Amino acid sequence: MTLLSIQDLSLSIGDVDILHGVSFDIAPGQIAAVTGESGSGKSLTALTVMDLLPRGTRTTGRVMFEGTDLRALDDAAMCKLRGNDIAMIFQEPMTALNPVQTVGDQVAEAILIHTDQTRAQAQARTRAMMDRVGLDSIALDRYPHELSGGQRQRVCIAMAIALRPKLLIADEPTTALDVTTQATILDLLKDLVAEFQMGLLMITHDLAVVADFADTIAVMEQGRVVESGPTGVVLRDQTHPYTRSLLAASAHQVDLPDAPDPAALLVVDGVTRTYRKPRMGLAKPGVVRAVDDVSFTLGRGERLGLVGESGCGKSTLTRAILGLDAVQAGTITLDGRSVFDGGLPVRRRMQVVFQDPYGSFNPRHRVNRLISEPFHLLDHPPTGADRDAAIARALSDVGLSPDDAGKFIHEFSGGQRQRLAIARALIVEPDLIVFDEAVSALDVSVRAQVLDLIADLCRKRPLSYLFISHDLSVVRTVTDRVLVMRAGRIVEQGATADVFHAPQHPYTQDLLAAAPVLPDYVFQEGPP
Amino acid sequence: MIAFALRRFGSLIVSLIVASFVIFAVIEVIPGDPASFMLGVNARPDTLAALQAELGLDQPLPVRYLSWVGGMVTGDFGTSYTYKTPVAGMVADRIWVSLPLALYALILSTVIAFPAGIYAASRRGGVGDTAVMGATQLGVAIPNFWFAMILVLIFAIKLRWFSAGGFVGWDKGVFAGLWSLTLPAIALALPQAAILARVMRSSLLDMLGEDFMRTARAKGLTRRRALWKHAVRNALIPVLTILGLQFSFLLAGGIVIEQVFFLPGLGRLIFQSISARDLIVVESVVMLLVFLVIVVNFIVDLTYAWVDPRLRRRA
Repeated sequence: MTLLSIQDLSLSIGDVDILHGVSFDIAPGQIAAVTGESGSGKSLTALTVMDLLPRGTRTTGRVMFEGTDLRALDDAAMCKLRGNDIAMIFQEPMTALNPVQTVGDQVAEAILIHTDQTRAQAQARTRAMMDRVGLDSIALDRYPHELSGGQRQRVCIAMAIALRPKLLIADEPTTALDVTTQATILDLLKDLVAEFQMGLLMITHDLAVVADFADTIAVMEQGRVVESGPTGVVLRDQTHPYTRSLLAASAHQVDLPDAPDPAALLVVDGVTRTYRKPRMGLAKPGVVRAVDDVSFTLGRGERLGLVGESGCGKSTLTRAILGLDAVQAGTITLDGRSVFDGGLPVRRRMQVVFQDPYGSFNPRHRVNRLISEPFHLLDHPPTGADRDAAIARALSDVGLSPDDAGKFIHEFSGGQRQRLAIARALIVEPDLIVFDEAVSALDVSVRAQVLDLIADLCRKRPLSYLFISHDLSVVRTVTDRVLVMRAGRIVEQGATADVFHAPQHPYTQDLLAAAPVLPDYVFQEGPP
Repeated sequence: MIAFALRRFGSLIVSLIVASFVIFAVIEVIPGDPASFMLGVNARPDTLAALQAELGLDQPLPVRYLSWVGGMVTGDFGTSYTYKTPVAGMVADRIWVSLPLALYALILSTVIAFPAGIYAASRRGGVGDTAVMGATQLGVAIPNFWFAMILVLIFAIKLRWFSAGGFVGWDKGVFAGLWSLTLPAIALALPQAAILARVMRSSLLDMLGEDFMRTARAKGLTRRRALWKHAVRNALIPVLTILGLQFSFLLAGGIVIEQVFFLPGLGRLIFQSISARDLIVVESVVMLLVFLVIVVNFIVDLTYAWVDPRLRRRA
């Protein structure tokens, strides 16, 4: 028996066709994953089921839920279904809850609008649901900002399952969470599906998450389901080339040249950065040690990774290394000069590539101005033909055309923008590049290309970089040595291969165990 | 929450002290002496000396400051040089016109603006939205004294519902008092309401795009109910900021409207005192207005914390 059957669903916004004849089924108690890269239409498919599409969207086809075509229902009828029979959780737990209402009220609201329970009954049920999702220590009168990201996602889940819906739609429910949190949320969802016999429609870009979680997979590319079936079959057979390329890209390994013998370049010694907590009442405000007595050395030509979960102090440490924030104790030197008071001579030897390829460029400047910005750090910046030549060289180095110099940033895709960010970093030939989650916002196939580019650049010149990421699989392939950071301290460091192969510290072991990986059979020789 | 209120109260006191320094400095210290300013260049030396003694200008600065502040705290605002009456009494008469007028206008503006802004936001892009936005465009563009004259023309001269100006006094009863303040309050309120409605609308529209609104809809709330239960309270935060600023303006900036309607309010008092170079009145009334504005800001701060729990923790 099917619970939800999407049949030949097409969707367009304005003149743009987005979905083309999408079809798949979900049975009660089944986990169906829809996967694909950004722009493939997976989220819009989910929103079609909820009838929460943006304005100006037109759909054709059928969305059958227990024998009723949801597309034929009006909004009043859909309001009765939403939150009651079909519930949904979203990607961003930080913004998915109303900041000015207590979490208890928000969960109870879902119960109150669909049933005629009294407030007290709804409160009791809310408490039970919060306990069920593992929030037994959280009082109902807490506000969202007092909870962590994982806890907020649990509140969203409690809200969604409060009335035991038959179908739960989860749109990238763990993408914004740390790996260890992700693992616990996935376990919770799996338990709830079994307990309530509900269908779960799971939208995700991460094939590794789906591999040992979903019963079926539908792979979407540009609004079409290109391949679907039981998870094991899809992942093993990989009949469609797109599935094959997605799997290859998500496990992409780059080929780094051997690192030269390290001579110390960046020396971080005993660095501590503390923040004062906000004062509570009249008591003396507490102190957070964001970075706590951290020491390490990055050698010339070395590719060093820094991994850790959110709040571990990665960003604080990065800002200190770049000389942007002072530290309370310790020293940071680049080639013997302090990064804090070395001035321009030190500044021009370090460049950074940030995470967000959209926010880190001024939209009103052209590419030649954007990527030549670091020239102001030089005492004698190139001018005229020399400057143009330097810009052309930087663009060619990152696989773009010198003709791109006259374009604006909005003319480039996310991956191309990250290439431009790398060009901007390389143009002054710095000694050290800091990649701050530089590939985290990219789709797997684009990410693979950017990683290849980095490896390629390493072959052309001795490149030293600090690669900061929460993504273990990426760090594993582009670094020689890795530091594992937790609660402001480096808990483990060593050669990347050793740390990943035989982690010593319990935290590193937990991290590696929690990180979803594609099963081995994916990479065994399949059909031609 | 109590700790938050105490902290805000502490900063209220500091603001008042700083403001009193500035006002004292501007009027008493920079440049020349107030007595010669008040009497003009042709004053006779003995009159000047008498006024200087009366103002206590022969005393050292700290003593003068402390006696001024001490007087204000105990209700002694000095004696007006032009009217020869205690400033406290003059202020007391007028504040019972200005304060009710400002509150009246504020309430009117809120009552008009909130529903208009919410309505426009919920009908975004529709006929209702366009109509409300068109009306507020006019409201923002037209100066309030012109509104005042039109109101007088229609409601006082043609229809004879209201008198064209003046204030009957509260001794004629609360209703009669309010009735005579109605036209000025409307004239003051309409332009303010236009601004407020626009802020309310755009703030609500920002909220409608938030993730938590999608969560509310996914829960099964109708569009309208999600708007009322989740968007409005969140949208209030920028609206409150504007509301606080508007009250300050309504209190001191009612000057033009008080002139148009011949209302004996604080604005007119300041205007007349400045014309008459009566610095004693100016100094005290300005300090009083500053006090009221700071108190209003304090109330706005407390309301922020009531609306947004995230602010209760911070200073």
